[in-house]
Amino acid sequence: MRNRGFGISSDEILGKAYDSKLMKRLLQYVKPYAKYVAFAILLNVVVAGLGPLRPYLMKIAIDEHIAKHDYNGLLNIVLILFAVLIFQAVVRYFLTYFTQLMGQKIIYDLRIKIFAHIQNLSLKFFDKTPIGRLVTRVTNDVESLNQLFSSGIITIFSDVFIIIWIFIFMFSMAWELALVTLSVIPFLFYATFLFRKKVRNAYRSVRFHLARLNSYMQEHISGIYIVQLFTKEKAEEKKFKAINDDYKDVNIKSIFYYAMFFPVVEFLSSTAVALIIWYGGGEAVQGAITIGVLLAFIQYTEMFFRPIRDLSEKYNILQTAMASSERIFKLLDTKEIIPDPENPKKFDKVAGEIIFKNVWFSYTEKDYVLRDISFKIESGKTAAIVGATGAGKTSVINILNRFYEIEKGTVLLDGVDIRKIKKEELRKHISLVLQDVLLFAGTIKSNISLNNPAIGDDEIVEAAKIVGIHDFILSLPNGYDEEVKEKGATLSGGQKQLISFARALVYNPQILILDEATSSVDTETEMLIQKATRNLLKNRTAIVIAHRLSTIKNADKIIVIHRGEIRESGSHRELLAKKDIYFKLYQLQYKEQENFIL
Amino acid sequence: MKSLFTLKKYFYARKNKLLAGVFFILLSTVSQVMIPLFLKSGIDSILNAHDYSRIAYYAGLILAASAFSGVFRFFTRFTIGRLSREIETDLRLDLWKHLQTLPLSYFKETPTGDLMAHATNDISAVRMFIGPAILHSVDTALKTSFIIVIIASLNFELTIYSLLPLPFLSFFVYKLSGIIHHKFAAIQSKFSDLTAKAQESFSGIRIIKSYVRTENEISEFNKLSSEYLDKNMEKIKVQAWFMPVLLFIAGTSGIIVIWAGGNMAINNSLTLGELSAFISYLVMLIWPMITFGWVLNIIQQSAASMKRLNIIFNRAPDVSDTEAETASQFLVKGEIEFKNVSLRYHSNLPFILKNINIKIPAGSTVAIIGRTGSGKSSLVNLLPRLYDVTSGKIFIDGTEIKKIPLKVLRKSMGVVPQDAFLFSDSIEENILYGAEARNNGLFEAAVRISRIDKDVRAFADGYKSVIGEKGVTLSGGQKQRVALARALAVNPKILILDDSFSAIDAGTEEEILNNLKEFKKDKTLIIISHRISTVKNADKIYALDRGSIAEEGNHSQLLKLNGLYADLYRKQLLEKELDELG
Repeated sequence: MRNRGFGISSDEILGKAYDSKLMKRLLQYVKPYAKYVAFAILLNVVVAGLGPLRPYLMKIAIDEHIAKHDYNGLLNIVLILFAVLIFQAVVRYFLTYFTQLMGQKIIYDLRIKIFAHIQNLSLKFFDKTPIGRLVTRVTNDVESLNQLFSSGIITIFSDVFIIIWIFIFMFSMAWELALVTLSVIPFLFYATFLFRKKVRNAYRSVRFHLARLNSYMQEHISGIYIVQLFTKEKAEEKKFKAINDDYKDVNIKSIFYYAMFFPVVEFLSSTAVALIIWYGGGEAVQGAITIGVLLAFIQYTEMFFRPIRDLSEKYNILQTAMASSERIFKLLDTKEIIPDPENPKKFDKVAGEIIFKNVWFSYTEKDYVLRDISFKIESGKTAAIVGATGAGKTSVINILNRFYEIEKGTVLLDGVDIRKIKKEELRKHISLVLQDVLLFAGTIKSNISLNNPAIGDDEIVEAAKIVGIHDFILSLPNGYDEEVKEKGATLSGGQKQLISFARALVYNPQILILDEATSSVDTETEMLIQKATRNLLKNRTAIVIAHRLSTIKNADKIIVIHRGEIRESGSHRELLAKKDIYFKLYQLQYKEQENFIL
Repeated sequence: MKSLFTLKKYFYARKNKLLAGVFFILLSTVSQVMIPLFLKSGIDSILNAHDYSRIAYYAGLILAASAFSGVFRFFTRFTIGRLSREIETDLRLDLWKHLQTLPLSYFKETPTGDLMAHATNDISAVRMFIGPAILHSVDTALKTSFIIVIIASLNFELTIYSLLPLPFLSFFVYKLSGIIHHKFAAIQSKFSDLTAKAQESFSGIRIIKSYVRTENEISEFNKLSSEYLDKNMEKIKVQAWFMPVLLFIAGTSGIIVIWAGGNMAINNSLTLGELSAFISYLVMLIWPMITFGWVLNIIQQSAASMKRLNIIFNRAPDVSDTEAETASQFLVKGEIEFKNVSLRYHSNLPFILKNINIKIPAGSTVAIIGRTGSGKSSLVNLLPRLYDVTSGKIFIDGTEIKKIPLKVLRKSMGVVPQDAFLFSDSIEENILYGAEARNNGLFEAAVRISRIDKDVRAFADGYKSVIGEKGVTLSGGQKQRVALARALAVNPKILILDDSFSAIDAGTEEEILNNLKEFKKDKTLIIISHRISTVKNADKIYALDRGSIAEEGNHSQLLKLNGLYADLYRKQLLEKELDELG
């Protein structure tokens, strides 16, 4: 069942809205940018004060100048107001710029950390984790933290400062009126609290139903031909309609809360204005406060309500960020790494003698894929491994470069247990050529060198010549610099194989692991590949999972694996003469190729 | 922009809601623009009348107007928001209905991810047009015209001065959000590069590890990440100007009012109440001006999305009933004939099937054998018209299949597809997928014949067990047997098994084949396989090679030919021997 979309995947379930442990870990990533934070807070204090300063200046304009018929004084205040406006705009710009820059830098750090972590995990981890999930961690999950860092954390400071400044101005102008005005605040908080709670639940069910809708579509697009074959279009349409309608209904529910909340906030804001007019008006009539104070208060009301209203939006940011960070940290806590030895043996030069000694291996506990495997390949010799599908051939090559750890036994390279060698050092001496050639986005050249700066252009060309792909590469419009399209779609299977041969060759390893491709190629390419294989194996120790008769015939030793055990070994002639497993395999897989051998 | 006309019929179907929504906007706007007027009267009465009761009266009016406006604002948002969700839902349903009619070839050439993106992102973008864009356009238009009329009647000169900067505001928002959108597209494309890199690095982990290129991969990824950061900062550099400039232009308008209005107040040509009403109105105008620029962008984006959706809507189903002549009561007996059938998926692709001629008498069993890629599946996919032939004709009971209604045609067949695709529902629902109901004994027969019954007994929830992540995980063989039961439960006239035993062990396969014999009776059976054991008892066997029929006959006839079939037979004997080595 490919492209499965079973109900709601684990990624969709929402965690807690706030988790102090997660938050603490997240703040670790802010630490290197403490200077940015300090600067942002400083700018915040300034910008938060400039806003509330304007109504105060207007109060002065009205009370001191307009009321007193002072044209020049009014002009002065207007100029000051204008200066404040410009200053505010500039400070605001830098504030946004720096907080965003900080957010971007933090998520950059986090992203590359996750990527590097994944790269170092063992293959066992990759076997059981879908690649799509890992990609989501370094892309979307990190992205959803961006808002938290760039707007979430800093603007909470900003909001608090704005509120503090307004308090200062209000209370210094008329503390009694301030108290009256602020009497609506508890109601505002209560409304916000209620709204937040409702919206949170609504948001959860919106996410839930969206996931349901998406997985339904995903699954039924994959299985569309089943729908069509069984003429279930009408029935599926009904099912889809039900899911689609559920999604609509939960959305409408959340619209209800939003539609409720904003008018309520506006009404509360108007209540505050009405209170100012009613109570402050009385005071003004008695001359206790000026009309300028009254007007300033009305403006403060408007200013005051915005940050509190915005808090509900911040809440959503926080919730998404928590869910993402939980998934990210879970991945970062995964410690599935094949350890390097504590005191590794130096391993600069290898002769290439390989010995497997009573090796037992399993991917999952107890289910042995290899049982008691022992063999020896002398330096510079080629061993061909043959066997039916599922016999355990691939496992043999997965063990040699320590992609997986064996359960029992030892693998020796030049007499040294490979577990005593640093993985990197070990792998430097071994080149791997896989059956399915994966080409990377880039050029032909970069696919051969894998961007290793130590490999020069002439070496690349030399390798390409040896494997016989040089002429083809030159025939491309951009030669070695020809772009390789996604998954190498422009190249044929045979050409891709030859490029992977060149890749192995250019690294000039002492040991070569070759998993021959089974896919059929045309005769001409077949001949090229046979020739290239011979060149590749020359003067190297090699283990080949052989699918080509030519390779087998040229091998120094053939190891026949059947159901995880070595059943026969020897030369082609010897094994044929035995008329046992190899003989049958030969008839089954290789005999047809007799005519194609060079 | 033209693409949005597609939405006309959806609006028309809900025109009452739309009209109600607009009416609510009108009511809430009217009451909202009254508030500064009451404020003005309140302040003026404080200054002049020194009449306490009048002050309370105006305060009360402010409250009343706000409550009135609030109630209708709620209705507005709720009506329009709901309308947008309803139309979104309709649109998505129509998209789904349409997708269901499209041929398999469409889904082969269109990645599922793309279709998902259309059904979610593009439809969302269109909803933004229906919801916020309409709401804010109407709101802005009404509010702006009301306010301008009111303030002009208060003081015409001051109105002109104060409104001067506001068109700049709309223009600025429009321009800047255009630029931001552009920069955003650049960010998106870098983001896909980043995603592609991660995908590639994780898929190629074996090569990367074995060539010790981990450090290189990390540094390449870091480089892309940092380019992504740069692209983001390019946007931020522009975007960071957004609010400051916006507030600057709006603030300038306010300062003009203070200055010019202040001067007028000093001259006594303007009351302080009027001045504060002016300021309030300006505050009220700023938001619509900002949204206006924003709305223009939304409209552009949703038009682009609608255009993409229209491409899908305009994709005609290749396979359709247009040529159907026979009545829907047409009864299929099961005689099949392929006459000179050739097939290729596209005019620039090679032929998959070449000149196929096969005649299958009703009630017989036919097997098709051949290597991977020889065209076996393509051949049987033509029968239920998952594809149509490129040339040649296919007849069922002497009627060309194009002349039989699709529904009749497909209902007469039970197909077990190669990948045994099952839905993540219960086993029972999967088996009864094509059946009318579970009451005619067919279900019991189907699970018995397919030998899935013994497996299901081991599941705690029996046939109610859900398949998938949250329920039971079926093995390949179990999936194939559920898929077989599903095809049998339809009680088809023609049963097509496309390599349906590949994951089933030889013993069970033999049982199933035996069971099928009694089920078959008058049914036509087509078996595709690469296993000799599956096909050897067929009435006739066709060996397919590179799209053509290479050999035909029954088992013993084909063995005598000593060709493709005989070769396969020998190999499979060897395989069996190897397998029995233990």
